[in-house]
Amino acid sequence: MHIPDGFLDTGTIVGTYVLSAGAVGYGIRKTREELNERQIPVLGVLAAFIFAAQMVNFPIIGGTSGHLLGAALAAVLLGPWASSIIISTVLIIQCLFFQDGGLTALGGNIFNMGVVGSFAAYWIYTALKKLPGRNVEMFRIFAASWASVVLASLAATAELALSGTVPFKIAFVAMMSWHVIIGVGEGIITALAVSFVRRVGFSPAARAEKA
Amino acid sequence: MKKPLLILFLLSLAIAAFLSPFASPDPDGLDRVAQDLGFEERSEGADIVRSPIPDYKFPGVGSETAATAFAGALGTLVTFGAAYGFGKAVLTLGKK
Repeated sequence: MHIPDGFLDTGTIVGTYVLSAGAVGYGIRKTREELNERQIPVLGVLAAFIFAAQMVNFPIIGGTSGHLLGAALAAVLLGPWASSIIISTVLIIQCLFFQDGGLTALGGNIFNMGVVGSFAAYWIYTALKKLPGRNVEMFRIFAASWASVVLASLAATAELALSGTVPFKIAFVAMMSWHVIIGVGEGIITALAVSFVRRVGFSPAARAEKA
Repeated sequence: MKKPLLILFLLSLAIAAFLSPFASPDPDGLDRVAQDLGFEERSEGADIVRSPIPDYKFPGVGSETAATAFAGALGTLVTFGAAYGFGKAVLTLGKK
């Protein structure tokens, strides 16, 4: 879902850079409050894992692929602010070193995947906290991950439409029809990854203690 | 680094090096929509910066599998370093 250079107009570029800079700036303050120094390696390893997992495109249907976004994974483990910083770091590396996502679209990509993706996941995950029944945790993670992809793609659609690249209605139908399916992949991979990470004894310390 | 984190880090390197060469080459959701709706060409030649390792293929490596594996492993290390450094700056500098 990385927007390349050439898809966004100047107004949208400036607007998304401003939004993302504000969100990441505030996210840095919140992360400082919520995490402690012992969790520095956790940030590094989660970013590394998400970078690696994003490289592995999985085929869906009709000659289209998807890949993990990772915002839900980071948001479930560390909360939405730390997640938005992790995803932003991954996106900056991908843009500068691997030509994945344009420099002019970096603000938009950070906003869509880092901010919208992280918060969509976190809100759904939190909203489903009171869901009754056993084994509901996997469903919560799945639903949060699915929503993160669908809402991030909705944000991308809005930016493309605002830029005059493509009419909103047409882009909306096309983008949703793929991302509701890609979101299922995100849900399955994230649920498996979170349970693996918890099984090997990874504890996102401070957040769990505070909650 | 604690053991669980080390496991996850090594797993990340393994995914990047050994799994990424087998990633689906099909366009992702956005690329597919750009093709179908005919606005893909807007991105052609529009790149602002020239990245050293475009498309996750390490330049000058003959085998495409090895080029992707190298790029993946290197990218994973660089991302770890960047997030670690950024995290250290955020969590140690200016912390009251």
